[in-house]
Amino acid sequence: MKNSLKEIFTGFNSLVTGMRITLGEFFKPIVTVQYPHESLKMPKRFRGHIELVRDPETGKAICFACKLCERACPSDCITVEGAKLDGAKKKSVTEYKLDFTKCSLCGSCVEACRDNAIRYTHQYNLASTNREDFIMDLFKRMEDDAKANPMPETPKPEVAPQPPANEAPKAEQPQPAAPAQPN
Amino acid sequence: MTEAITNLVKLLATEPYRLLVFLVGMMAFVGLNAAYLVWVERKGAARFQRRPGPTEVGYAGLLQPIADAVKLMSKQLIVPAGVDRTLFRVAPLLMMSPALMSLAVIPWGENLAARNINVGLLMIFSFASINVMAIMLGGWASRNKYAIISAARVVSQNVAYEIPMLLVAITMIMVTGTMNLNEIVQQQAGAFWHWNLFRVWINPLMPVTFLIFYTCMLAETNRAPFDMAEAESELVAGAYTEYSGMGFGVFFMAEYANILLGCALATVLFLGGWQSPFGILSGVIWFLLKMYFLVFSVVWIRWTFPRTQFYGLLNLSWKILIPVSLLTLILSSAMIKLFHHA
Repeated sequence: MKNSLKEIFTGFNSLVTGMRITLGEFFKPIVTVQYPHESLKMPKRFRGHIELVRDPETGKAICFACKLCERACPSDCITVEGAKLDGAKKKSVTEYKLDFTKCSLCGSCVEACRDNAIRYTHQYNLASTNREDFIMDLFKRMEDDAKANPMPETPKPEVAPQPPANEAPKAEQPQPAAPAQPN
Repeated sequence: MTEAITNLVKLLATEPYRLLVFLVGMMAFVGLNAAYLVWVERKGAARFQRRPGPTEVGYAGLLQPIADAVKLMSKQLIVPAGVDRTLFRVAPLLMMSPALMSLAVIPWGENLAARNINVGLLMIFSFASINVMAIMLGGWASRNKYAIISAARVVSQNVAYEIPMLLVAITMIMVTGTMNLNEIVQQQAGAFWHWNLFRVWINPLMPVTFLIFYTCMLAETNRAPFDMAEAESELVAGAYTEYSGMGFGVFFMAEYANILLGCALATVLFLGGWQSPFGILSGVIWFLLKMYFLVFSVVWIRWTFPRTQFYGLLNLSWKILIPVSLLTLILSSAMIKLFHHA
């Protein structure tokens, strides 16, 4: 009798405690992100699809169409073409296509690039019902960007001046001289 | 002009019109409440989980119930092959109409009730039992295993919880000496310590009685944590599995209408109905405030506690609620005999 009464009281008490906690939560601010109206800022090292990097001094693409990324790609989704422009020492990129339907975001291309000419974007709203939207012309994309702001404001992310303090500074460096394995 | 209005009001207050006005008013009230309690439920659920809830349709999602209704009405009403057509169709109505009828005796304000009859409480309880049968019929007629299991559960659950609820009702009838809901409210005039909930000098277990009534009300309306009838994780949608479109919609509305009825009854019996807690300015507003507070607490409970297991549910009723309600019944009759003998 005494035990069962005690059980009833402790049980009831636990119910009240639970209700007090949920009521506390009721008045706290909302924690969810209202997605179509607002979205999260992607972290610095987020691996979206790749893009061409522009030289902060000239404003032109760093890439000179060495095709290491094309060969490094296990899914064969990168197509690079380059040409030697008049009076230039090196070739420069004239076409850079990424077939994002096949890309698995493995990052081998970024690793393979010796001159840090490609990097990850922070794009993730890439859903589409149209297959053609995923065949990305990264060269055109870069040129559009060059038209919008002639000089890239931020230098290459790899040499960003202040890496966050709690991060190992080395972590962000790609292997500089890793020989690309042709596959 | 004003004379015309007073004449109209007088006409509407005479018998056949009064009933008609009340019928239309009550249907509108219950319909709006059922629709907007869904909104309250969704907003409440969201807030308890720290989400904003519906925000897209109208300001703060206020037009959401209309969007829901349009969606439900545009759906095809499917009657599956092999079901008992008549029962299948009748079941939602059978669940909705008792709630509507019972609300006729609820005194919303001092003079605001469709019927001020002397056996109001009895009428509510007799109609409330039809609710069980409606769900059972819906489950049985659906020709679906989940629905039949749900129907069986509903019957045993509601039988188990009807007993303590009626015992509590008998206690209240003994304490108040009447089944007329209006009179019950009038007895609780004055300030909040005159409410039946706090009249511990009649029966020291009065707050416990209220809790039993409230728990039974949750169980009778099949609300979480007692929603065995539509336990989604076990029975898909229980007795409502085969219902589509507005057939389901009516079940859903009826559930909220029943909650409304339960909360209104709890307000009348324990919280002093339309009486103000300070003894002045009594009116409909107090009734609505109390009732909606109880409705909010129903939502609050739903989003706090997980569903009980079925034997836990029956144990709670047979091992705790029935003995305790019997105890309060005996105690209050003894107290009335000894101290309040008229």
